[in-house]
Amino acid sequence: MSSTLRIVNGKVYDPANDIDGQVRDVCILDGKIVDSVPEDAPTIDAHGMVVMPGGVDIHCHIAGSKVNLARKFQPEDHRYDPHPGTEYTRSGSGGVVPSTFATGYRYATMGYTTAMEAAVPPLSARHVLEELEDTPIIDKGYYVLMGNNSMLHQLLEKGRMEEFREAVAWWVKATKAYTIKLVNPGADEMWKGKKNANITALDQKIHAFDLTPRKVIKALIDVANDLGLPHPAHIHCNNLGHSGNYETTLETMRTAEGRRVHITHIQFHSYGGEVGKNPVSAARAISDFVNDNPNISADVGQVMFGKSVSMTADAPLAWMLRHVKERKWINADTECESGCGIIPFEYQQHVYTHTLQWAIGLELFLMAKDPWRMVLSTDHPNGGSFLNYPRLIRLLMDRDFRNQEATRVNQKAIGKTSLPDLTREYSMQEIAIVTRAGPARLLGLKNKGHLGVGADADITIYDEMDNKEEMFNAARFVIKDGHLFIKNHEFCADHSGRIFHIAPEYDKSIENEIRSFFDDYYSVQFDNYPVSDTHVHNTEVIANIPVT
Amino acid sequence: MDKNTATEKNTTIIKNATCTFCGCVCDDMELTVDLDEKCIIKSKNACVLGKAWFSEHSVDESRPVALIDGKEASLEDAIEEAAQILVNARFPIIYGLSDTTSEAQRQAVAMADYLSANIDSTSSVCHGPTGMGLQGVGEPTTTLGEVKNRADMVVYWGCNPTDCHPRLSTHFTVMPKGMYIPNGRKDRTVINVDIRSTSTTNIADLFVQLKPGSDYELLSALRSISRGRRLNPSIEEQTGVPMATIEDVAHRLMSCNYGILFFGMGLTMTRGRHYNTGALHLLAADLNEHTHFVVKPARGHGNVTGADTVMSWQTGYPFGVNFNRGYPRHEPGEFTTTDILVRGEADAACIIASDPIANFARPAIEHLKKIPVISFDPKPTPTSQIARVALTTACYGINVPGTVYRMDDIPIPLRPAFESPFPSDLDILKPLTERIRELKAH
Repeated sequence: MSSTLRIVNGKVYDPANDIDGQVRDVCILDGKIVDSVPEDAPTIDAHGMVVMPGGVDIHCHIAGSKVNLARKFQPEDHRYDPHPGTEYTRSGSGGVVPSTFATGYRYATMGYTTAMEAAVPPLSARHVLEELEDTPIIDKGYYVLMGNNSMLHQLLEKGRMEEFREAVAWWVKATKAYTIKLVNPGADEMWKGKKNANITALDQKIHAFDLTPRKVIKALIDVANDLGLPHPAHIHCNNLGHSGNYETTLETMRTAEGRRVHITHIQFHSYGGEVGKNPVSAARAISDFVNDNPNISADVGQVMFGKSVSMTADAPLAWMLRHVKERKWINADTECESGCGIIPFEYQQHVYTHTLQWAIGLELFLMAKDPWRMVLSTDHPNGGSFLNYPRLIRLLMDRDFRNQEATRVNQKAIGKTSLPDLTREYSMQEIAIVTRAGPARLLGLKNKGHLGVGADADITIYDEMDNKEEMFNAARFVIKDGHLFIKNHEFCADHSGRIFHIAPEYDKSIENEIRSFFDDYYSVQFDNYPVSDTHVHNTEVIANIPVT
Repeated sequence: MDKNTATEKNTTIIKNATCTFCGCVCDDMELTVDLDEKCIIKSKNACVLGKAWFSEHSVDESRPVALIDGKEASLEDAIEEAAQILVNARFPIIYGLSDTTSEAQRQAVAMADYLSANIDSTSSVCHGPTGMGLQGVGEPTTTLGEVKNRADMVVYWGCNPTDCHPRLSTHFTVMPKGMYIPNGRKDRTVINVDIRSTSTTNIADLFVQLKPGSDYELLSALRSISRGRRLNPSIEEQTGVPMATIEDVAHRLMSCNYGILFFGMGLTMTRGRHYNTGALHLLAADLNEHTHFVVKPARGHGNVTGADTVMSWQTGYPFGVNFNRGYPRHEPGEFTTTDILVRGEADAACIIASDPIANFARPAIEHLKKIPVISFDPKPTPTSQIARVALTTACYGINVPGTVYRMDDIPIPLRPAFESPFPSDLDILKPLTERIRELKAH
């Protein structure tokens, strides 16, 4: 049975197809955008409304082992924010780290229809996939942690680059991941040692290996490019949060040598000043570099005031934050693969560093010459919940609101930034780029983020309002895969969404070598490690980019 | 699946099968299966508990798939009766869940949501206080492979893994060689802290015997030393442990390279409960000022960790969850099953893969006997014998595929050995949930 729908009279913003607010029809047939539908097709009258592709979140933490630990250890986060079910939808709990069902529904309510979980140890692949299956409405995928992998370190230090590439491909395929993620590469060996140390420079030796972070970064950037992954290596740089770390970030970007790479939550990596002292803004230096180098893309990782949770595979970072205020702290080591740290946190307007972080994020947005490559994120929930996106959009679109907010924060910090001088206001089209079209293009999701013929019919319709925070808070209609499931702000259906992953080919002979490493150092059997095709449902393999 | 058909009997060998008896969830079993008799005749690599688990789960095809009021019934009739009982109850409770797959657990939480029921796992009578300790103070933790690769200090506190998790020491934590532990056992120090000596004491380098109920005091004393504070000499009298021993233990913990504290119900189900676990978690956290230190509960049932994990992702809370307001609420003591039963609040119970009649406190059992009970179990149990609707199910891991979560939260797949004529928990929960939704819609 075919399902059709025509959206009429709406102002359409579809930057990938150069449609900038023109009133035109959008037609849907069987879950896809088409040229036309029969005259008698059902219609939605979007008069006075804005029509956009569904939102795409390129970097958030919404599912998997660390997210679930953060849920489990914060009943206080959920208690005052219950998420009741409806006739069509499951119940759940909210807060900064919502339950899986609440996560899916709340993203959808804002008009987001795709979100990528950004950091999962391969050993927990089954776990994240099961949670993503229980995250309704939206399409999703996850990035697998590869930057602190002992087996890969061993291959790399011996210079066995062929085997390294095959092993990476095996790992990504075995875990049904979407791309390679690096978090503070090389640090886990130091962290798991007696001194709970961190790595501080790209050319520092990684404990126990004849290797440096730079070599790991370079090798994984190269492999992602050589394999033609739809989204390149996704990097959380070394020295997150430390004063003066912008130089590490610049060095990391230079290491790519012109090849594609994505630097995530770059705001957290844009600090000047001296180590151990108060940071200052280095947004200009970072922004200039990104502007000048089209091989680089980034998401901002904006800090928003209020509650957050620091949850990261960067365990030394969480240990540092634990000493800021001795609060409850989770550390979770994963054998041969990763570390993890979790700390409840709150960004406060009167605190110098927090204001500086807030301002640097806005600087990065406002200095970006190419919004397709500097896209929106809060590194949910690290910089703040994804529910802050509408407010962030207003900060970008409304200069008066931004200036008014800037009077409420730490003035000493604001004085160290160029935020007061930045008069730019994002247009509706630019918002459509940083929240949809840009992330979809960076992810290599050809059917997402636009409304051209053949695209997935993931469509959001907002009431056009002066207050952009109110406008983007709750879409009037949301359509996923051609199905209307939010109608006049109310859920009228449920939907399960798909899980995207990649499946690069590899030389099977690498399995013997990995098997023997597993026999020695892992606590699970090699044969029980890969996620079978029958384990998860509703998956879709995204093809590699042909490598020339 | 790795199947090599042997020639003589109609047997098959399943390699890398998973044992779901305890929280170790060993996944290196090699099972020889007699397909005619539908039983496992050999279980290579299994411990004594695992061998018993595999050999005792043969299938008795003469058993009825369902009993209603003790009389044989069809599965369809049993599901209808169960749905009617649950939908007509004012305070239905769902309990158990620790011996089934995470797929079935997910469905059980869905059913609780649609029913506006109470749902709770056996965690609330074992490591529930560990979850509460976690909620209070956090937890530095690790996976078992990291213990194998790095831990030169292993502490067993209030637990007896040699008897209860026999392969924990031999396969994961004490005996094996690891990346930075080239000589295995020789490179590790094992300390056992308990109120009496057990089989685990025999494998320890140092045994610390403390007075019953003084765990919190001894943990606090060790924390004090790690924070550079002096102890009040009364600690000897309180704990029964000599000052020199306390100081020796503290210094050993502080000077190791990578230490782990395993603990059991000696801490969680004795005086102090979540105060004990909180103190233990904080001791491990404090020790990180000196070295790398982690903590891990030695969880019991095969997938009790999965029950906590699944409930957390679907509701935000690990156990003791109530949906009667249309959204999940969590309150240990209020929404934990024994407490609900002792107060006489529940008016129907759905017991999945657990046997509360054999284990609960007497007043809780008395109430359970007064209300309609639906039971899911592969075997007849005291609970199934009092059940209004007793369902015979296939056994997870032996007949049913799926995922279980090991005690360190690592998901492990199951490779069933042979087919059962009985449905899995999930096979029943799905139509039961659908029927409940239909009845609720009217």
